Amino acid sequence: MKLTKLTALLATVAMPAMATELEVTHWWTSGGEAAAVAELAKAFDASGDKWIDGAIAGGGGTARPIMISRITGGDPMGATQFNHGQQALELVEAGLMLDLTDVAEANNWKEVVFPPSLLDACTVDGRIYCAPVNIHSPEWLWLSNKVYEDLDLPVPTNWDEFVASAPKVREAGKLPLALGDQPWQSNLAFGAMQIAVAGLDAWKAVNVDKNMDVAAGPEYAKVFEAAAAARELAKGSAVQDWNQATNLVITDQAGGQIMGDWAQGEFQVAGEVAGTDYTCLPGLGLNEYISTGGDAFYFPKLDDPEKEEAQKRLAAQLVSPEVQVAFNLKKGSLPIRGDIDLSAANDCMKKGLEILAGGNIVPSGDMVWSPDVQKQNEDLMVEFWKSDMPAADAHAKWVENLKSGL
Amino acid sequence: MSATTEAEPVRTTSAARPRRRLTRNISAKIAAIPMVATALVIFLGGTIWTVVYSFTNSKLLPRTNFVGLDQYERLWETSRWIVSIQNLMFYGVMSLVFTVVMGFVLAVLMDQKIRFEDTFRTIMLYPFALSFIVTGLVWQWILNPQFGIQGVVRDMGWTSFTFDPLNNPDTVLFGLLIAGLWQGTGFVMCLMLAGLRGIDEDIWKAARVDGIPTWKTYVVVIIPMMRAVFITTLVIVASGIIRLYDLVVAMTSGGPGGNASQVPAMYVYDYMFQAQNLGQGFAASTMMLLSVLIVLIPWAYLEFGGKKHG
Repeated sequence: MKLTKLTALLATVAMPAMATELEVTHWWTSGGEAAAVAELAKAFDASGDKWIDGAIAGGGGTARPIMISRITGGDPMGATQFNHGQQALELVEAGLMLDLTDVAEANNWKEVVFPPSLLDACTVDGRIYCAPVNIHSPEWLWLSNKVYEDLDLPVPTNWDEFVASAPKVREAGKLPLALGDQPWQSNLAFGAMQIAVAGLDAWKAVNVDKNMDVAAGPEYAKVFEAAAAARELAKGSAVQDWNQATNLVITDQAGGQIMGDWAQGEFQVAGEVAGTDYTCLPGLGLNEYISTGGDAFYFPKLDDPEKEEAQKRLAAQLVSPEVQVAFNLKKGSLPIRGDIDLSAANDCMKKGLEILAGGNIVPSGDMVWSPDVQKQNEDLMVEFWKSDMPAADAHAKWVENLKSGL
Repeated sequence: MSATTEAEPVRTTSAARPRRRLTRNISAKIAAIPMVATALVIFLGGTIWTVVYSFTNSKLLPRTNFVGLDQYERLWETSRWIVSIQNLMFYGVMSLVFTVVMGFVLAVLMDQKIRFEDTFRTIMLYPFALSFIVTGLVWQWILNPQFGIQGVVRDMGWTSFTFDPLNNPDTVLFGLLIAGLWQGTGFVMCLMLAGLRGIDEDIWKAARVDGIPTWKTYVVVIIPMMRAVFITTLVIVASGIIRLYDLVVAMTSGGPGGNASQVPAMYVYDYMFQAQNLGQGFAASTMMLLSVLIVLIPWAYLEFGGKKHG
C-alpha cells in the first residue's frame, strides 16, 4: 500500500518535467462511454503526455455550446470532440483550429481512413482539421428477445414485423417502442425510418442532391405515415434520456427502441448477450444501410509550440490501430480504418462491420445539413412524435426546414 | 448609478437650483462614472449590438450580412416559439396573480402583531435565497411520481393516488407554478410587509374611530396607499417571469411531449448555441427585450414621469 502510494507520488512528481498537459473535452459520460474514453487517456498518458479529462455531462447539445464558447471566448482546450460534419465548420473557417494536414500526410490518413467520407468531413479547402475516431450509425432497432419469447412470438426480423407484433406486446401490458423525451431522439428515430422506408435513392436525392421535389413527394409521405404509426407504439413512454429508454428494453419492459449503435454499450454493461438476450437490426432490418456519423477530435489553435506538438501527437495516436481497437471495442462503435482486426467484436458490431465493408453507407445528417436545420427538425420531430400532429402537416413543415438550409 | 439615484432625494427635498445641478455632489458624480460607463457599454451597447445583428443571417459567428426581417418572419412562423409565448403568458398571469395575492395576504397576517414574527418571516423568505436551479431540482424530486408526494401517499396505503404534474403536458405548467410560487412568494411578502409598516398608525386609529371593518380598511384605504409598493412588486415579478429559464431547465427541460413547458429564453439559448444560428437567437431575444420594455415603460412613467410624488 505504502509502496504504491510512493510510486504514485513519484510518478506525479516525475511527470511534469516531460509531459505536456492537454485538456480534452468530450461528452462521453455514460458507463460504456467513460470506459472507452479511459482507453484514449491511458494511451496518451503511456506515451509520456498527460490527458486532462474535461468530460461535460448532459450530451452533445449541452456540451457543444460550452466548447464553442470556450474556443471563441479565448479559453481553448487542447482537444475537443465534435460529431463528423458541419458542427465545427465555422470555427475552422474562422481560423481557430489547428491544421493537421502534416500529421495526416505523415501517417497516411488518406489511405487508411475508411470510409474516405470521414476524412472529407474533416477537410476544409484541401486542409485537414480533425482526427476521426469512430463511426456511429443511428439506424438500429434494438429488441428485447425475452418480451417476444414470453408472448410466444418470433423475434421480429424487420420493422414491418415489429409493427405487426406491436398490438400483442401492448396487450401484455408492455411498451412496444421505447422513446426518450429529448428532441434529438425523435429526430433520430425519424432519420432511421427515412432510409428504411423511403429507400436509398429517395434518401440520396433529398439529403445529398437536395432535391426538394422528392422531399415533398410520395416516398417521403410514406415515411411520415410510418412515423405516425410508430408514434402510437411509443405512447406511454415517460423517460427522458436515451439510456433510460434503452434500459426499458434491457429490463424487458419495452419491446424495442430505435437508437444508435452506442446503445450496445449499455447492453454490454448490463451483461446482456447479443443474439440471445437482445437482437439488433441495422437499417431497421429493411434496408441495411448505415450512415457514418460519429466522433472526431478537433484541436483548437494554442499559442504554445510545445502544446501544439502534443496536439499533433494525440491526433496521430487517435487514428493509430492500437488505439482504434481498444477504444472502439469498449465504445461499441466501428473503427475508422478498415485494416485492423476486430475479431473480439460481438455479433452486433460484426453486422455493422460487414455493412461497412460492403460499402452500404451514407453520410450522416450532421454531414449533409447544418446544425440549424438539424435543430429545426428536432423541434419538429419531437412535436410530431409526442402529439397528434397530422403527418401531412409535419411533412410540409419538414420540407420548409430543409429549404431554410439550402 | 447608485450614487446618482441616492443624490435624487436630496435634489427634490431641497430647493432646486438648476444652474448648479451639474457641479453639485461633483465627487459622487465622478465616482459614478465607471459604473455609468459600464452600464452604457455593457448593457446599452450589448443590447444595441444584439438588435442590430438580429437583422443579419449570422450563424455560429456574427456577420454583417443584413437580411432585413427574415429572422423575425421565421421566428413567428415557428410553432415552438408560439407555444413558448403561450406557455409564458399562462405561467406569467398565474404567477403574477398568485404571488401578489398570496404575498399580500401573508404580509397582512404577519402584520397582526403575532408572536415569533421574525421566525416566520425568515421561514417564508428562505426559499428566495435558493437559486431557481436548486428550487427546480428540489421540486422535481418532490413531484417525481416514484420518490415524491405520490410515492409517499401510495406507501401510506392510498395506492390509487395520482399526483404527477410534471409528466403530463396538460398539467406541467402547474408543476412549474408550484415551484415558482414557493420560491417567490416570501419575497413579495417582505416587500408588502415593508409597505404595510410604512402606513401611519394614525390611519388605522382613524379607521377604527370611524368604525370601518378591518378588511374594508385594507381594501379601500391601505391598498391604494401602497400603490408604489404594488407597482414595484409587479415590475420585479414580471421581469422575473419573462426571463424564466433555469426553473424550466431544472424541472422539465421543456418537456414533456417536447414542448409542453418551453419558454422563450430556452428558444433563444437553443438557437444561439445548439443550432449555431445567432441571427435567429438574437431575433428571439430582441422580442423578449420588447416584452420587458412593455412592462418597464409604463412603470418608469408612473414612477418618474407625470406628477412628482413624495
